[in-house]
Amino acid sequence: MMRSMEKGADGVCVIGCLEGECHYNKGNLMARRRVEQARKLLDAVGIGADRIQMFNLSSSEAPQFVKYAHEMTARIKELGPNPIKKVKSEAA
Amino acid sequence: MIVAEKKPIEEIIESLKGRKSILVLGCNECVTVCEAGGKKEVGVLASALRMNALNQGEDVRIDEVTLERQCDREYVEEIRDVVDQYDAVLSMACGVGVQFTAETYTDTEVLPGVNTCFMGATEERGLWTERCQGCGQCVLAVTGGICPVARCAKRLFNGPCGGSTGGKCEISKEVDCAWQLIVDRLKALDRLDEFETVFAPKDWSTDRAGGPRKVVREDVQE
Repeated sequence: MMRSMEKGADGVCVIGCLEGECHYNKGNLMARRRVEQARKLLDAVGIGADRIQMFNLSSSEAPQFVKYAHEMTARIKELGPNPIKKVKSEAA
Repeated sequence: MIVAEKKPIEEIIESLKGRKSILVLGCNECVTVCEAGGKKEVGVLASALRMNALNQGEDVRIDEVTLERQCDREYVEEIRDVVDQYDAVLSMACGVGVQFTAETYTDTEVLPGVNTCFMGATEERGLWTERCQGCGQCVLAVTGGICPVARCAKRLFNGPCGGSTGGKCEISKEVDCAWQLIVDRLKALDRLDEFETVFAPKDWSTDRAGGPRKVVREDVQE
């Protein structure tokens, strides 16, 4: 997540299994905590927590996936480009 | 192991203000196990620091290295060829590692990236608790394997005190009374009679009160 943002991604969408239904038992719950940690760090360094979001889905929920993708896209468009990308392009 | 926790990133950013080249230096030992200063934490922190610098419009070089240990000369020496390239080293090791690195490279500023907390054990992932204060004269043989120095808030040797209620310490209902644990353990071991043994006063000269300590082992010295 952090590397993606550092490289200039406008946002990162993390999708885990439905809560309570993870093949790795607590893997998706732990992932959510990691996402929360990354969000706090991004807020602290001025990039903004809202650029990273975790969703939970099962593999058979294609319409829900599309809904989340649209939701994330709309949010990122509202936030605008990652400020890191702008700084990097100005420096290049 | 030595247990540490990450410093708030705001504090780290403030401590690194003005430095143009920084080496984030992790440690593969205790701080890796307690997930405060290992390779993974170094990667996340260095990435956040690079983004912060870019976002502030500052040209700062931030690199990452994780050593096997920062409390042994042979490993700290591994950065000798590169350390001069940096204004500051942000050591993610415990206070021992920070100081040992600073002593080794006297021309480079070495700053702490974690808060060193105590010697303890991993109860479960994300939960570490204190077990030892390194008093220099272990009494666990007579206290059923439970340390009254580290685990009794008053460091009593003749507990429990009047603040022990329902097996809990008066400082918090979440803290076990060490002496209740000791009595229960001795009872389970059928050694409760030993609880009545009168001990000579503990020799505290080996504790921290005597200043910085050292251990000399001539049998293993080269």
